[in-house]
Amino acid sequence: MPIKVVSQGLVTTIQDLGRPGYYHLGIPISGAMDRYAMRCANMLVGNDEGAAGLEAVFIGPELEFTEDAVVAVTGADMAPRIDGEIREPWSSFQVKAGQRLSFDYLKGGARAYIAVSGGIDVPIMLGSRSTYVIGSLGGVDGKPIAPGDALPIGQGAGKAGRSVPERLRRVPGNPAELRVIPGLYWHRIVEESQRSFFEDTWKVAPECDRMGYRFREGSALEFVQREQPFGAGSDPSNITDACYPYGSIQVPGGTEPIILHRDAVSGGGYFMLGTVISADMDLIGQMQPHTPTHFVQVDMDTALQARHDRQAMLAQVREALS
Amino acid sequence: MANRYSHGGDEHIFVEVDEAMSLDAFFKSIAITNAVREAKIDGVTEICPANASFQIKFDPDRIKPDDMLAELKQLEAAADKAESTMKTRIVEMPVYYKDPWTHETLMRFRERHQDPNGTDLEYAARINGYATVDDFIAAHSGAPWFVSMVGFVAGLPFLYQTVGRDKQIQVPKYVRPRTDTPKQTVGYGGCFSCVYSVRGAGGYQMFGITPMPIYDPTQQQPHLRDFLVFFSPGDLVKFAPIDRETYDGILGEVEARRWMPRVAELTFSLDAFNADHDAYNAKMLEALYAN
Repeated sequence: MPIKVVSQGLVTTIQDLGRPGYYHLGIPISGAMDRYAMRCANMLVGNDEGAAGLEAVFIGPELEFTEDAVVAVTGADMAPRIDGEIREPWSSFQVKAGQRLSFDYLKGGARAYIAVSGGIDVPIMLGSRSTYVIGSLGGVDGKPIAPGDALPIGQGAGKAGRSVPERLRRVPGNPAELRVIPGLYWHRIVEESQRSFFEDTWKVAPECDRMGYRFREGSALEFVQREQPFGAGSDPSNITDACYPYGSIQVPGGTEPIILHRDAVSGGGYFMLGTVISADMDLIGQMQPHTPTHFVQVDMDTALQARHDRQAMLAQVREALS
Repeated sequence: MANRYSHGGDEHIFVEVDEAMSLDAFFKSIAITNAVREAKIDGVTEICPANASFQIKFDPDRIKPDDMLAELKQLEAAADKAESTMKTRIVEMPVYYKDPWTHETLMRFRERHQDPNGTDLEYAARINGYATVDDFIAAHSGAPWFVSMVGFVAGLPFLYQTVGRDKQIQVPKYVRPRTDTPKQTVGYGGCFSCVYSVRGAGGYQMFGITPMPIYDPTQQQPHLRDFLVFFSPGDLVKFAPIDRETYDGILGEVEARRWMPRVAELTFSLDAFNADHDAYNAKMLEALYAN
């Protein structure tokens, strides 16, 4: 029996851990921006970590349950309520048939993850249920959820009353810090700009979504002079169109860095100065507009250690909930 | 031409074959990415050839970034010795140049263009030294094009024309990108043509529109039944100018789901092409129109 969508919040999409394997055709991986929070929500309700749930940005949806279910909400701090009664975040709770789940205003973070025992059972497309709106893939007809939608739910066996210990709930700091390995076309900017990029305080711009996060207020970057190569285009920030790594930082015109995220455009003609390490990608999904941000230069060893630490943290959640 | 390697964070390796676009660089990128695919390296999750570069995404828990780098360097050496031929197909894509829909769109975003008083085609023809727009269209639809990359958004091909550098069309992108582009617009930026697979933002100049669907997530079009994306890097495309009547006719067939593009198999030889561009292009078109 499905969940009825009463209101969609701002933009709420069905996401799982994504759709790897088609980036060479311009189809990005998609999936939860904060995978850690998505995995935790699924574990809380007894699902596979890769089951499909909902990702709600800034404003939560209102959902009506047509049968009993176990639900958990993780990620952004927007308190869940059942028929108006507050429930604990990062914890599983029981919802009865006919009850409604709604949310308080956002107090911290940016994206809440809602898991339902059994997972949301929309059709799998190219190996995933994740919604990729530009390509009309996944979710409900390739679109964010809308009032009147009925979201099918699979068979589940979750238990209420489970909780992720507080020390294992991950939230970004303020100012936020994102660790970056310089590279790609790093050599295109002058030394002073290489320095200022890491020294300046940047701020998340209002243009921040599943495709990418834009930043403002740092110094404009200056380019090493060259004759533009054939095919690259005339602006010094242009390159011969190439593939963009997830987490890569492009700076069109040298002014506003953009970090590509799960719904990345797969390629284009702007130089990139480096890449956010995989361990910090989830944090970006929890950053609000205007968040002051520092980019921190790290090397590969640090990136791999951070990746390892993050996996260890996830293992602790698994253990705590087993 | 020695490759330049860079780590893209801990999950990608980015390889620039050449800073500049050329068929040689594109062929090398395809040869190495094919070799990577065949090598079936454990941990590789995405193999993305681009115009004059490529990118590999991998799981660093299964293969360390520096080991991945070493594997790629080894494959570069092997690819250098590879024959410069490619088994591929050539596809005819009908294009309605100077169509009313891209015209309406380019007028709507005129203040974002280098030449607010003309059209994108008039501007492109002028800066490339063509006397008339029709001469320019004849050049754009004359020699075939290689799909040199698929991406930006789902199923969007970038195309590079099989002509010498002196005959390459070059057009800058819009001064500020548009927020709208009709689906299946044939565009141009830098030295690349493209076909917008879906409606959306874009910065390429707009020359016309094709009635041929190239991306269909519902997979109902006969030529997209096997897979939702039509083009792969290495495909060849011949643009064929059509008028409004033909456009409407094809669109009717597409809506009835019984239209199929004209396609022929062929093997492209870079050496034979480099020996005589015009003769080789004529041979490719012969293959396309043989039946």
